[in-house]
Amino acid sequence: MRPFKYSVTSNVNSATKMLTANPNAKFLAGGTNILDLMKEDVERPDELVDITQLSLTLIKPITEGMNKGGVSIGGLGKNTGTANHPLIRQSFPLLTQAILAGASAQIRNMATNGGNLNQRTRCPYFYEVSMPCNKREPGTGCGALEGINRMHAVFGWSENCVAVHPSDMCVALAALDAVVKVQGANGQIRSVPFADYHRLPGDTPQKDNNLNQGELITSIEIPKNNFAPKSYYLKVRDRASYAFALVSVAAAIEMNANQIIQARVAMGGVAHKPWRAFEAEKFLAGKEATEANFRQAAEIEMKQAKPLEHNKFKIELGTRAIVLALTKAMNGGKAS
Amino acid sequence: MTEENQNQELTEDEKQLFGQLLCEDQNDLTDFNEARRNFLKQITLAGGGILAMQMFGGEVFARSINDPLNAELPVNLENAVNVAFKVNGVKKSLDVDSRMTLLDTLRERLQLTGSKKGCDHGQCGACTVIVDGKRVLSCLTLAATCTGKSVTTIEGLAKGGELHPMQAAFLKHDGFQCGYCTPGQICSAVALMTEAKNGEVSYVTPDVRVKPGSLQLTDNEIRERMSGNICRCGAYPNIVDAIKEVHSGKAVAQTWDFVDQKQSTQI
Repeated sequence: MRPFKYSVTSNVNSATKMLTANPNAKFLAGGTNILDLMKEDVERPDELVDITQLSLTLIKPITEGMNKGGVSIGGLGKNTGTANHPLIRQSFPLLTQAILAGASAQIRNMATNGGNLNQRTRCPYFYEVSMPCNKREPGTGCGALEGINRMHAVFGWSENCVAVHPSDMCVALAALDAVVKVQGANGQIRSVPFADYHRLPGDTPQKDNNLNQGELITSIEIPKNNFAPKSYYLKVRDRASYAFALVSVAAAIEMNANQIIQARVAMGGVAHKPWRAFEAEKFLAGKEATEANFRQAAEIEMKQAKPLEHNKFKIELGTRAIVLALTKAMNGGKAS
Repeated sequence: MTEENQNQELTEDEKQLFGQLLCEDQNDLTDFNEARRNFLKQITLAGGGILAMQMFGGEVFARSINDPLNAELPVNLENAVNVAFKVNGVKKSLDVDSRMTLLDTLRERLQLTGSKKGCDHGQCGACTVIVDGKRVLSCLTLAATCTGKSVTTIEGLAKGGELHPMQAAFLKHDGFQCGYCTPGQICSAVALMTEAKNGEVSYVTPDVRVKPGSLQLTDNEIRERMSGNICRCGAYPNIVDAIKEVHSGKAVAQTWDFVDQKQSTQI
């Protein structure tokens, strides 16, 4: 690991100022991703600003504003605490399931909510510094485009990057229409709708998200919804646990008698950002919750997919995963 | 950091590398501090900067093993950070390089070598320790972030010569073969008992919406919750048995035994 200056702050304003003053500085929260990447020489900050002492850990009901009745999650709250908070478990069980589908108990105890959003791809070409990678070193090419790309994207990729976003938590947050609150060096807080937070790679795959240098995630807000009785997070992976998703699906349904009022479907492991399946959702609105309708919705969504050489299986897998996640959501969202 | 505490000589390895890399006679480099800096500079110029850092690291760590716990490091630390924390109930205060992980600090500075370095990338769980009651990966924790915290390692579990119940259960159920992952497995399992008591749910918990309360863990739950600890010998069934016994408080049948005297004569 390269030498770096270790700085600590207990104040949000000074944290954002420190990062704005030094473009080579990075925030240190849980450390589970940044330290790993520094050991691999992928990330090379010359300063780490330890923000773990900032008081941004609370989970609380939102009592005013646009998201009134929803919940606000502190950017520096730990993944474990968030997943197990009574308010989240009872009102947003989809988020609990998604967080618990990711990583291991040890990592969830360390990792923060903001850090989960900002974690980087686990594409092996990104991690291996001897390989070309436009995300790590713009202009060097994409090793995965014609390489081993079994784990890679089927939606929204570009010739420059076919990496996927690794988070489970973010897939649930995308489905729940979360809003990311970020604060910059000017002290002002801006709200970023979750769909606009992460980016597709395009010509600038080095940018994972729309956060500016020095900006810090202070909280994530989830608006009130009626999905708690019928939601499910399905994760399909090579091992039963502690593996990144081949495909994952966050599904949530709101019913009126036999009719779907609205359905939310988001996918992980398929794109550079959590992939909101808007086409499937559009199809399902107003329909009956039957397996045939779920299948048709899934096929409509997966029709837009463009697989790479080694991940064609994700089309049928993704289709079946959407059907199963919606079916499990309808059945009360219980793990079997 | 005082001059007295700095290394007085180059090691054999360093001298040898000098010989290979420098044109001038190494004996001319009489000031060893200057020599060290030159060495680092030269080796960096020679394109071996990372190698040099690793070598220096190894040398520094090896040398510090015999130091009193609170002694300063024998060389100037770049980006030194003081960390004052509790390890297994004992207060410690030491200066570390900002890059030092908690794992390296425990093993190389505090002589607590029970916590193991498996992958050093947060993928195997061998380095699991308990910080402020929570199991974490010490290989992905910077020592600098541990000030004010309380760390429990495998060495801190036994009390007054009595094994922790989880240690005893791992012995009873033969929850290991080579033993390398065992300290991490046991620390992880000990913290898991608290998590279950607190009613924390997992990905395989049937319904996460139920009100938090103490949970009875099934084998499936234990496996899911222990998935961050890899055992390449494959002692998983025995590890599950050990954890189940401690968690339930009910004896789980032991599936092996030592041979008795009569049996031993028949072998």
